[in-house]
Amino acid sequence: MISFVGIDIGSTTAKAVVVDQEGSILAQTVQRSGYDFAAVARDVFAKVLAKAEVERETVSGIVATGYGRRNVDFTDEQRTEIFCHARGVHHYFPEPVTVVDIGGQDNKVIHLGASGERLSFTMNRKCAAGTGAFIEEIAYRLDLPLGELNRMAETAASEVTIGSFCTVFSCTEILGMARRGIPVAGIIKGVFRSVVKRVAEMDALEGKIVMTGGVVDHNPIVARMLGEAVGRPVATPPHPQAIGALGAALIARDMQES
Amino acid sequence: MAEIRKLETAKLMKKVMADHFYEIDAAFKSGKPKVAWCTSVGPAELLRAMGFVVYFPENHAAILGASRAANDCIPAANAIGYSPEICSYLTSDVGAYLKGFTPLAKIYDGIETIPKPDVLVYNTNQCRDVKDWFEWYAREWKVPCFGIESFVNVGAVTKYHVDSIAGQMRKLAVDITAATGNRLDEDLLRETVRLSRRCSDLWKDVLEMAANKPSPLTFFDGTIHMGPAVCLRGTQVAVDYYETLLKELRGWVAEGVAAVAGERHRIYWEGMPIWGKLRENAKLFLDLKTCLVASTYCNSWIFSALEPDDPWNSMARAYTELFIVRDDDYKEDYYRRMLDIFGFDGIIFHDAKTCPNNSNCRYGLPQRFSKDTGIPFITIDGDLNDLRCYSEEQAITKIEAFIEQLDG
Repeated sequence: MISFVGIDIGSTTAKAVVVDQEGSILAQTVQRSGYDFAAVARDVFAKVLAKAEVERETVSGIVATGYGRRNVDFTDEQRTEIFCHARGVHHYFPEPVTVVDIGGQDNKVIHLGASGERLSFTMNRKCAAGTGAFIEEIAYRLDLPLGELNRMAETAASEVTIGSFCTVFSCTEILGMARRGIPVAGIIKGVFRSVVKRVAEMDALEGKIVMTGGVVDHNPIVARMLGEAVGRPVATPPHPQAIGALGAALIARDMQES
Repeated sequence: MAEIRKLETAKLMKKVMADHFYEIDAAFKSGKPKVAWCTSVGPAELLRAMGFVVYFPENHAAILGASRAANDCIPAANAIGYSPEICSYLTSDVGAYLKGFTPLAKIYDGIETIPKPDVLVYNTNQCRDVKDWFEWYAREWKVPCFGIESFVNVGAVTKYHVDSIAGQMRKLAVDITAATGNRLDEDLLRETVRLSRRCSDLWKDVLEMAANKPSPLTFFDGTIHMGPAVCLRGTQVAVDYYETLLKELRGWVAEGVAAVAGERHRIYWEGMPIWGKLRENAKLFLDLKTCLVASTYCNSWIFSALEPDDPWNSMARAYTELFIVRDDDYKEDYYRRMLDIFGFDGIIFHDAKTCPNNSNCRYGLPQRFSKDTGIPFITIDGDLNDLRCYSEEQAITKIEAFIEQLDG
């Protein structure tokens, strides 16, 4: 069986997806990127092939994406995460959509036409406020497990407002709230609201909105909050964290078809 | 991997700029002729016609940026109260002075320092920062400092604007004479304006060579070859330089030589260069087979209004007609004219952290232009000199994604 692999070496996590000739997902895997992008690329590649029970020889195309895409030394085909996210989302939503991706260190808003063509895109400015790194920093400062944040926010009886743009100053603000005895669940809910505000001010969020990335994968409340902000429901594809890797795999397949 | 093509005239550029700096250094050391500092779109013609050799600190700041010395210097200026948020040309240059450093000493044997001026002359047509910059040196060295207070957000340039600026220029000549003893030679002023206009026309012709497909030059070439237009306009040397450059470029066009081999896309660059990353960015676009064919920045030293028979009014008009002085309606229309001339596929707006006046993406202009023309754009966050404000990886991803978008 012919297969195609997409590898997304992000700033925080490395993802790999294998698809077959029809574009159906055979397997996917996610792990921390660490500091050796070349090694993690080889590792995530081996793991996803094993999971899919696919032999290396049957892989017809590999596309790498993400900040570490140039470190993937077993393929010459690299595409930006903008392209790959767009392709992955179009697979599930073949219509005009606005993609909102919250990644480890950057956010993207991508406007797609009916055929999946990229009409325009915006990325966050240099600042990491509103990205996954912001949430991780807050969790670290409050000594909370990342996996607990969504549940805490969902069950919060109150919600604080985070005023600062800056991640470090936001932490100072939050620690001040904790000192004053404000319930931590309400603080976390406020943190997610802050993330949504940062994203909503990046670009005009028109039409159907689809959210992707690790933050929404692990914290579905963010998609609901963005829906509240724009006044209509926000969709998410299956496995939003791996959508870039899926897009890369599909591009590998597209390349062979063309 | 493709290699950056170099114009032969670049060798002449080295000599021309070396002669320029040695001339100023000799004047500084001997006291004759007197040295005037001038902002890059300031009244250089007036100063030459008053017998000064003219030094342009913005050029020095750009060298600090291009040689990546700026980031060692900026903190010294920050430490004495000049914010990291203000013009990084100012903070680079003042910081370099505070550290007793100049890249000129590294490049040119025998030059030890920047030249202390006899007078500092600014024009706020670019921004207020140039005035603050010159006033810092005026206080430091107790040297007279004069300037022209320009208009901002100008729509049509009217007689009111021209009369005001021409009047300020006439008063400037009187003030400079009173402070330095140097007198204006009106015949020399007309001749200097004539040479400046000739330089300007040739520079415009050089830049418009990029209208050819493929283009024989890029924005990055422009940032290098603009040196004489900035520092030597009003002299025969600059005229001769651009005649030589234009001849070489016409030869390239005739032979179909492309600055970017296999040119696939043509892009307009809006905003300041990222001086410390010129080479890397030139290579990036080369590898993407994309030519940055034109820029507002390089066009800023085109002064088509200059008329030798009416030097005062024409200087006033030329220095007020500048893009940076104008309102957004003018700027939007300007992009349309550039689109007609150069036929580009997209625009890259550089949002320079410390240069709000030359960052034209902060009031919805890219969105309006794109909606009107269908020309896509992206914004790159960076800075002219302060590389702390530039996230290279993010910029590369944005640029590559933009080219992928243009590829369809």
